[in-house]
Amino acid sequence: MAERERSHTRPRGAVFVPRAQVMSAADVHRAITRMSHEIAERNRGLEHLVLIGLQTGGVPIAERLAASLETVESTTIPVGILDVAFYRDDIGLRPVLPEAVTDISFDLTGATVVLVDDVLFTGRTVRAALNAVSEYGRAQAVQLAVMVDRGHRELPIRPDYVGKNLPTRRDEMVDVTEDGVALGDVVGR
Amino acid sequence: MSEPNRSDPTLIIRGGIVIDATGERRADVVVANGRIQEVGDGLVVPTGATVLDAGRCVVSPGLVDLHAHLREPGHEEAETIETGTRAASLGGYTAVVAMPNTNPPLDSADAVRNVVELARTATAQVAVAGAITVGRAGQRLAPMAELAALGVRLFTDDGAGVQSAGLMRRALEYARGLGATLAQHCEDGSLACDGAMHEGAWSSRLGIPGMPALAEEVMVARDIALARVTGSRIHFLHLSTAPSIELVRQAKAAGLPVTAEVAPHHFSLTDACAAGYDPVFKVNPPLRPQCDVDAVKAGLADGTVDAIATDHAPHAPEFKDLPFDLAPPGVLGLQTALSLAITELDLPLTRILALLSWQPAAIAGLDPSNRGGQGGPITPGAESNLCVIDPTATWTVDPMTLASRSRNTPYAGRTLTGRVRHTVFRGEPVVIDGEAQR
Amino acid sequence: MNQFPHHLLSIDDLGPDGIGEVLRVADSFVEVGHRANPKVPALRGRTVATLFFEDSTRTRVSFETAAKRLSADVLSFAVGSSSVKKGESLRDTVETIEAMGIDAIIIRHPSSGAPTRVAGWVTNLSVINAGDGWHEHPTQALLDLYTVRQALGGGDEGMDRFKSLQVVIVGDIRHSRVARSQVAAYAALGAEVTLVAPPTLLPPSIDGWPIAAVSHDIDNELPSADVVSLLRLQSERGSGEFVPSLREYTTRFGLTGRRAAMLKPETLILHPGPMVRGVEIASEVADLPAAHITGQVSNGVAVRMAVLFLMLGQSPVEGSSNV
Repeated sequence: MAERERSHTRPRGAVFVPRAQVMSAADVHRAITRMSHEIAERNRGLEHLVLIGLQTGGVPIAERLAASLETVESTTIPVGILDVAFYRDDIGLRPVLPEAVTDISFDLTGATVVLVDDVLFTGRTVRAALNAVSEYGRAQAVQLAVMVDRGHRELPIRPDYVGKNLPTRRDEMVDVTEDGVALGDVVGR
Repeated sequence: MSEPNRSDPTLIIRGGIVIDATGERRADVVVANGRIQEVGDGLVVPTGATVLDAGRCVVSPGLVDLHAHLREPGHEEAETIETGTRAASLGGYTAVVAMPNTNPPLDSADAVRNVVELARTATAQVAVAGAITVGRAGQRLAPMAELAALGVRLFTDDGAGVQSAGLMRRALEYARGLGATLAQHCEDGSLACDGAMHEGAWSSRLGIPGMPALAEEVMVARDIALARVTGSRIHFLHLSTAPSIELVRQAKAAGLPVTAEVAPHHFSLTDACAAGYDPVFKVNPPLRPQCDVDAVKAGLADGTVDAIATDHAPHAPEFKDLPFDLAPPGVLGLQTALSLAITELDLPLTRILALLSWQPAAIAGLDPSNRGGQGGPITPGAESNLCVIDPTATWTVDPMTLASRSRNTPYAGRTLTGRVRHTVFRGEPVVIDGEAQR
Repeated sequence: MNQFPHHLLSIDDLGPDGIGEVLRVADSFVEVGHRANPKVPALRGRTVATLFFEDSTRTRVSFETAAKRLSADVLSFAVGSSSVKKGESLRDTVETIEAMGIDAIIIRHPSSGAPTRVAGWVTNLSVINAGDGWHEHPTQALLDLYTVRQALGGGDEGMDRFKSLQVVIVGDIRHSRVARSQVAAYAALGAEVTLVAPPTLLPPSIDGWPIAAVSHDIDNELPSADVVSLLRLQSERGSGEFVPSLREYTTRFGLTGRRAAMLKPETLILHPGPMVRGVEIASEVADLPAAHITGQVSNGVAVRMAVLFLMLGQSPVEGSSNV
């Protein structure tokens, strides 16, 4: 999520240039499967469990986790979409526009919410998500799943489920797609 | 008309080209005791004389403005007779006609005497225009004969037109016995409504209430008809539209006693200037589209228009720091008129000076044929009202350096060609090298 | 898209991209509006002021609600038009407000161009035009577009349908700031706009207006219309100077039941309000499902939230050190 805003920071026209492929598509698939097992193990029975993907990078991962959980435990997990643009504390420092409309069509009161994002970086997106999610009811617990934890935290936030811990430089960029995870630079800015 | 009131030291204007109604020649001009003493090429500098250099310059009879709002009495925060005539001197003028829309208006002998008294020490002659109707209210005739006895030669309700055709007819008839000219601000109130700019494409887009060209034209047509019936002289103030100019052209061709003036902003700016809603571009009559600007220029070129008059209308900043429709109309003009004429009009300098000096002097009754001292030929014995113009010098208009108390020039930042170098009023060099001397 | 404009004085400041962005962001705020707590912290620490020189409770409350739902602080300067006459100049008023450190000023003024003048006097604060004279009322037009887009399916699909949309604007176009903003906004998105009014209520010139046609016969225009946008006829205009009477206006231009029956079933009827039932719109027509009058009101807050968010969420907040 943090990466998305970074890539969308004006002036537009900046391009991501990959330098190293750090996870293959198969690696991502394996990580999804592993994380879904971890989620299932920690939340026995998956009762009242919901996944909420953070716009935009967290949404496909949340959907894949839900599909995997369904295979593992044979139960349907509700998936919501959350855009945290209006909850960020860095509006004004860089343009943050909503990517899509938030869609959480269920009450979160009493639920165990797993926030899902592609990359965990400063932690500010997750902080905003914690605020935003509280508008939809008082969750029994909130957990955090990310495909890549790249470090450089600015807030006391720690993921519960991680696809890969990836040491990075602050100015690098991590790109998570269906084809895998790449590390590279943003040029042309 | 007026005698020199001080024994001035001798003055010589050297090295210029003299241009007046009689033609053009290289000549020095010697001035003493308020009168021109000698005119000729290569004159000897008299002992102790002040020398005004006129190299590469034109020496002209002083300019005469038919239309200035000096604001005193009543709006001294915008202008006084002192500041207004200082601006006039810097603009090359040695006489201005002061419009009567002061507060109180110049509709009585007392009011006129007051202005004459205030203007006694001014750096240019102030000729008072009297109101046609009491309070400029368009209801009852002002005591025109009393005012004429004080020297008033021009009557107008300027700021507004006389709406009633019947009353205007009576005024024209009455004025005939006084040797006076009536001047009309042509604006039919029922058509103008609350218009704040020219009614057209720009007003429609900007949502500013428009004043149609028609509001001016119907009154021009009406007054031409009245001039035909009454035989009285009528002068049209600040004409601004193509049909107005054409009406005057036809009236003159028919031999009617009509004259007309235009203002510099009507040949240099268009209604598109209102796009930024800055009331510094709000005038009345309003700025018109380019086709009207072209017609105004054509009228100046073919002699339909007799004079360029400034319609100098100072307003204190607090009145122009308003939305467009709430701000009063008017722009400064005295210090920019000559330069705008030189910059914008494709006319010989002689024609421009005719439009700015001797033709308006005759309309105002200030020229030698009316026993006045303005606009006449530069010959020995004439009252020395002169201006020296550098026709090729360029300068950039800076509102903060203008002599007026107000700053509402629409030409801020614009570079103009032609500049007044010296102005001599009744023998006194009131402007030397572009600097006011008092 | 380019930088969102610093001031919103007219629809032309936005262009098609800016309009699209406002409508897209408004979608998110409509969702926010449906929550139990319809408030987000997006503009915490920002202050906006409403400065209305003309009474309009609806527009002022809509803006103030929008600002409050974004967690901005709101100051309301109630300025009767009398205080203008009392002497404090508009410039002094605005400079005083700017000196208070306010981020945006939302201004309604009876004079066309007043917000443009204000924008020329301020140094940092943003100026939003909430209606000026006969000139523009941009957020009202944006709200209309939002309502139409929603009715056309919403999202990008709804946006695409503006191309070739037949829009008929009926009423006092001459004196209407809403009409000028609507024409600019619909045209920017590719719609074909037809103006319908008696000649006396059309602007003196439509040179350069991006419209397809002008008509004096509403019955000709209704059958092909996709959107019929009605303007309020102020009663003083119907008192004899512009049209002989309100009754005659209704007979010639009112959207009566008979005329509503000429419309295609999917045609939308819009009215910016406040509407005068029985003059420009018959009461039974105003209550038809096709009439989007209250829908426009509820969308108004979301659209104004989008404008405020896009304008004020984009420039650096003083004193913030977190990056």
